[in-house]
This record gives sequence, structure tokens and C-alpha cells, in this order.
Amino acid sequence: MRQKNLELMVGVFVALGVAAFLLLALKVSDLTRIGENDGYRVMAHFENIGGLKVRAPVTLGGVRIGRVVGIGLDPQSYEAVVTLAIDPRYDRLPTDSSASILTSGLLGEQYVGLEPGGMDSYLTNGSVLKLTQSALVLEKLIGRVLTDTASGDAKPKPGLPDQ
Amino acid sequence: MIALLRSLGRSVLERLARLGRANLFLLSLLGALTFVFKRPGLLIRQLYAVGVLSLPIVIVSGLFVGMVLGLQGYANLVDFGATASLGTVVALSLIRELGPVLTALLYAGRAGSALTAEIGLMKATEQLASMQMMAVDPFPRVLAPRFLAGCLAAPILTGIFTAVGILGGYFVAVLQLGVDGGAFWAQMQAKVLLFEDIGNGVLIKSVVFGILANWIALFEGYEAQPTSEGVSLATTRTVVITSLAVLGWDFLLTALMFGVW
Repeated sequence: MRQKNLELMVGVFVALGVAAFLLLALKVSDLTRIGENDGYRVMAHFENIGGLKVRAPVTLGGVRIGRVVGIGLDPQSYEAVVTLAIDPRYDRLPTDSSASILTSGLLGEQYVGLEPGGMDSYLTNGSVLKLTQSALVLEKLIGRVLTDTASGDAKPKPGLPDQ
Repeated sequence: MIALLRSLGRSVLERLARLGRANLFLLSLLGALTFVFKRPGLLIRQLYAVGVLSLPIVIVSGLFVGMVLGLQGYANLVDFGATASLGTVVALSLIRELGPVLTALLYAGRAGSALTAEIGLMKATEQLASMQMMAVDPFPRVLAPRFLAGCLAAPILTGIFTAVGILGGYFVAVLQLGVDGGAFWAQMQAKVLLFEDIGNGVLIKSVVFGILANWIALFEGYEAQPTSEGVSLATTRTVVITSLAVLGWDFLLTALMFGVW
């Protein structure tokens, strides 16, 4: 009887442990998303990917349809090559779709947004997206604004002392 | 001067010898493990002693650690309007660090010290010696079941601690502070990786800490001076050495697993 009770308690203990790990795996982690790597692969060349990371989402019209599975550099053109894995459910994306790197919110993480094109042929495994728009790099943006104001506004402001 | 150097040398040599004995002890423990599978009853009893009896403290601590994380995380994130990331903060800090480390520290205090005292008293009352007199090796009978039970209990306790902690964070964040529940879980799922975070953090770390804690506890008990003072000293040493070892190894493992080179 004593041994039976002991076994029961240990059984409960082990079952609790299994339940805890199940909770961690199913509710807390990305187990439900592991299948996402299985989608078909599409390549996109970007001049600058900013802060894009592997595993970043790929969206179309705000709906998540895949994720970034690889980031590399093309040694010939010095462009960043981003590999996207797209859910096979969305296999009717036109070949002239464009990809841009966007930021969710002001300080949020970066993701790849797709814009559908109008062609009749569809993207398949290994396709390359021709139309891409790089990430906005804040420093470059500020630099451009500064040069624009400098060149467009060459007249000295009134009130400034003459040179 | 010579005497000073000699005492320094002696203490270094003694430490080295002790380290060597500890490693030989671990080898004998591992060698004796197969016997446990022939007598699973021994294992069940020890699992009860180190596992089931540690449950209350582990569950209560996990709950409170999770709730505190929820409160503190909220207080800091609310300034940036980023309270939706609270789930990620709570889950990642519990899974990667707090779960394994705090469970190991609690385990050392709750179960490790008991193991040391038990083995130390067995030695002090010459039970181990009398077993050897009867040609019964105490390693497979007494030490190996305790070691294996401890190594199995540590990951289970860590998993329970982490899961309860995340639930505690959920209670505070969603039910009390009004963070959006959907965002809490969705952000968590987006950031927590099954193998990189849960596999590395909860599983590998807790197994390493379990081996460390039980090895140190059993060795200290086995090496204890067979007096009441010696046993109390050994129990203290178990808790101190285990805590230091766990923290040191945690830094090492974190640097290996999550370090950015």
C-alpha cells in the first residue's frame, strides 16, 4: 500500500512535468509555426536590407504568408539576397510582384511586404523577385533632406550677416 | 616563510586530490547506474523524496517569480507603450535563465542538503561500512538511485517552475493589469523558439544543473567527517558549492548558447 501510494505520487509528478513541457512547447513556443519553413522559396535582391533578420515575417496586404529563411550577399552585384519561404497555400502570386522592406510601427521590427503584380504567370520555387524596394535607412534619409534643403535654398537668409 | 609556502602548497594539493576523488566518485556513480534499471523500486522511492517533496516550494516560487516579472516588466514597458511584449519578456527570461537557475538553487537547498545529510549520517552511523562488510557495494544500492532520481527530477521541476512562472506572469499582466491576452501569447509565440530557447534553456541547462547538484550533494555526504559537526559542515558546503557551481556554469552555458560573437 505504501509503495502504491509512492508510485501514484511519482506518477503525478512525472505527469505534471510532461504537462509543463507540453504547455511550453504548444502554448509558449513557435512549435505551431515550424511547418512554415516548408513553403516554396523565392529570392529577392535588395540594395540594403536595413535591420531585417532571419525569421522576420513576410506579409501580403498585412496578412502573414511566410517568413525570411535566409539572408546572404551576392558577391558579384554586392546586393543582399533574401530568401523567403512562402506558404504553399498562397501559390498564385504573380511573377511581377514587388517586395519591400517595411517597419512595423515607428520602432518595430522589420518585415518583408509583398505587393501583387498583374502578370498571368505565378511565382514558383526558386523564382526571383525583380522589383524590390530597400529598407529606409534613417541616416541616408536625413542626409538627403539636408542636401535638398541646402541646394534648393541657396539664397542666404535675411538677417544672416553677409559673408 | 617556508611554512607559509608549505601550507599554501598543502591546501592546493588537498583541493586537487579532492577534485580527483570527486571525479572518480562520479565515474563510479555512472558505472553503477545500470543496476538501477534492475531495481526500479529504489528509483521510485528517491524520485518521491527529491521530486514530489520539492514540488510545493518549486510551484510557489515559480508563481511568485512570474508574477514579479509581470509587474516589473509592465512598470518598465508601459513607458514605451510596449506592454504587448510583456509575454516575451516574461517567457524568455524564465525559459533562458530564471527557470533553470532558480530551480537548481531551490533544489540544492531543498533536496541537495537532505541528500548530503542522509548519506553523511549513513556514513557516521557506519551503515555504508557495514554494507561493504557484507560485500554489498553501496554505489548501486544507495548512491546511484539517488543520483539518477535527482537527474530526472531536475528537468521536470524546471519545466514545472517555468510553466507556472509564465502562468503567474499571465495572471498579473492580463487579468490584473489589463494587458491584451491575445497579444501576450502571440508575441511570446513569435519570439520563443522551441529548440533554441526551450531546448537549450530549460532542457540542457536543467540537466547540467541536475547532474552538478546531485553529484556535489552525494559527494559531500560521502566525504563528510563521520561526526555530527562533520555532517552539518558537509550540508552547508553542499548548498554553497552547488550555488556557486550552478551560477558559474550558467554563465558559461549562456555564453555558449546565446552569446553573440
